[in-house]
Amino acid sequence: MKGFDLADILANPDYVAMLVHGIEMTFVIAISSWLLAMGLALLLLAIRFAPGRIGNSVVAAYVSYHRNVPTLVQLMLWYFGIYTILPSGLSDWLSAHFAEMIFAIIGLGLCQAAYFSEDLRSGLRSVNPGQMEAARALGHGYVSAMRFVLIPQGARNALPALVNHSVSLFKNSSLAIVIGAPELSHAIKEIDNLSFRTFEIYLIGTLLYLVFSLMIMAAGAYLTWRADPANGARR
Amino acid sequence: MIHDLIAIIDDYWLLLLIGQYPNGPLGGLANTLILSALSIAIAFPFAILLAFARLSTYRMLRWPVTVLVYVTRGVPLLMLVLWSYFLVPLLTGADVPSFYTMLATLVVYEGAFLSEIIRAGIVALGQGQMDAARALGHSYFGAMRYVILPQALYNMIPSMLSTFVATIKDTTLGYVINVPDLTFAASQVNNQLLTQPFQVFLILALTYYVICWSLTSLTNVIERRITRRRAGLASKRRQLAISLTPNATEQP
Repeated sequence: MKGFDLADILANPDYVAMLVHGIEMTFVIAISSWLLAMGLALLLLAIRFAPGRIGNSVVAAYVSYHRNVPTLVQLMLWYFGIYTILPSGLSDWLSAHFAEMIFAIIGLGLCQAAYFSEDLRSGLRSVNPGQMEAARALGHGYVSAMRFVLIPQGARNALPALVNHSVSLFKNSSLAIVIGAPELSHAIKEIDNLSFRTFEIYLIGTLLYLVFSLMIMAAGAYLTWRADPANGARR
Repeated sequence: MIHDLIAIIDDYWLLLLIGQYPNGPLGGLANTLILSALSIAIAFPFAILLAFARLSTYRMLRWPVTVLVYVTRGVPLLMLVLWSYFLVPLLTGADVPSFYTMLATLVVYEGAFLSEIIRAGIVALGQGQMDAARALGHSYFGAMRYVILPQALYNMIPSMLSTFVATIKDTTLGYVINVPDLTFAASQVNNQLLTQPFQVFLILALTYYVICWSLTSLTNVIERRITRRRAGLASKRRQLAISLTPNATEQP
C-alpha cells in the first residue's frame, strides 16, 4: 500500500475536474428534486385539505407507498422498471437526454414529496384551530385565512422537520450511483478505480458531503431562528 | 400484467425468500430480516453507552461521541458502506463476507441514531427523576439502571421501532457491495428473466411495502397505547375518569 498522500489527488487536474463535476451533478439532482418535491408536497397538501374522500385516500396511499418502500428500490423501479415500459419515442428521447439524471430527480423528488407533505401537514395541524375561527370572524375568507394566518404559523412549526428532510434528500442523492448518474459518489468511485488511493479519496468525499450537510443544517438553524417572532421576524 | 406477477412469484419465491440457501449463502428476505434484527440488537447496547457518553460531564467522553453523531448524520449511508467495504478487511486482515461488512456499517449508523433517541428520552424525563433517585441513596449508575432507563426506554419504544423499520430500508444499500439480501435476489431474478424488469422490481417494492407498512402500523398502535398509559400515570384523577368512561378513551 502507498503512503498517505492527499496531494496526489488534489494536485491532479483530471481528478479535481471529476470531483467538481460530481459536486455540480449532486447539486443539480438535489436542487431539482427539492423543487419537484416541494411543489408536489404543496399540491398533496391542498388535496388533503380539500373536501372529498377519494382525493384524501389517494394522497394517503401515495404517502404510505413512498415512506414504506426503500428509496433505493424506488429508484431501481423507476430506472430499471418504468423506463423499459415507456413508449419507445419517450424512452429514446430520455436516453438522449441523460436518463439517469432525469430518473434520479423524479425518483428522489416523488419520494421526498411524501415526507415534505407530511411535515407541512403536521405543522399546520399543530396550529390552534381557534386561529382559523378568529381569522374567519375578522372577515377573512377560507383561502385568505389560510394564506395570511394559518400557513405562516404552520410553516414555522414545520421548519425543523423540513430542514432535516432536506438534509436527507441531499444525502439520498448519493443513491443515484446505483442507476449510474454521474454525481459525487460516482466520481469518488471512479477516482478510486483510477488512482488506487482509496483512503484519500474517500476522506475527501466524506468531508465534502459532511461540509455541505452541515451547511444545510446551519442554514436551517438560522431560518428557524429568524422565523421565531422573538428574534424580530415579521408577524 | 397480474398474471406475469403471479408467474414470477410462483417460479422464484424460494430464491426471493431464502436466496440460494442450501447450496449457497443464506439470502433473500430472510437475510434482510436477520441483518436488520442483528444490527439493531448489537447497536442497542452500543447506543445506550453512546447516550451516556453524550450526557456525561467529561469532555473527553462527550466530544468524540458528538463528532461521531454529527458525522453519521451528515454523511450519506452509502459513503459509510464504501468505507467499511474498504476498512473492515484491512483492519481484520481477513476476507470478510459482505454480510458482516454491512452489519458493521449498520451498527455504527443505527447506533448513532438510536443514541440520539435514547438521549432525547433521558432528557425528556427531566432532572427531577435523577435528583430524587440520588436523594434516595442511588449512585449515578444505580439511578440510571433502576429509575431513568426503565422509564426512558419504555417511552422511546415507538421511536426505536421506527428505527427498526428504517434499518430494514437501509439494508437495501448492501446491494452496492453485493450483500445477498432481498434486493440482490430480485436483481438476480431480473438477470435470469431479462424481459420483465418492471414486474420484478414491482414485486420487490411491494414486498418491502408490506413488511414496512405492517411494522409501521404496529408502531402506531403501540405508540397510542403508551401515550394513553403515560397520561394515566400522570394524574390519578384522570386515570379515574378514564376507568369510569371506557368509551371516551377509544377516541383518537
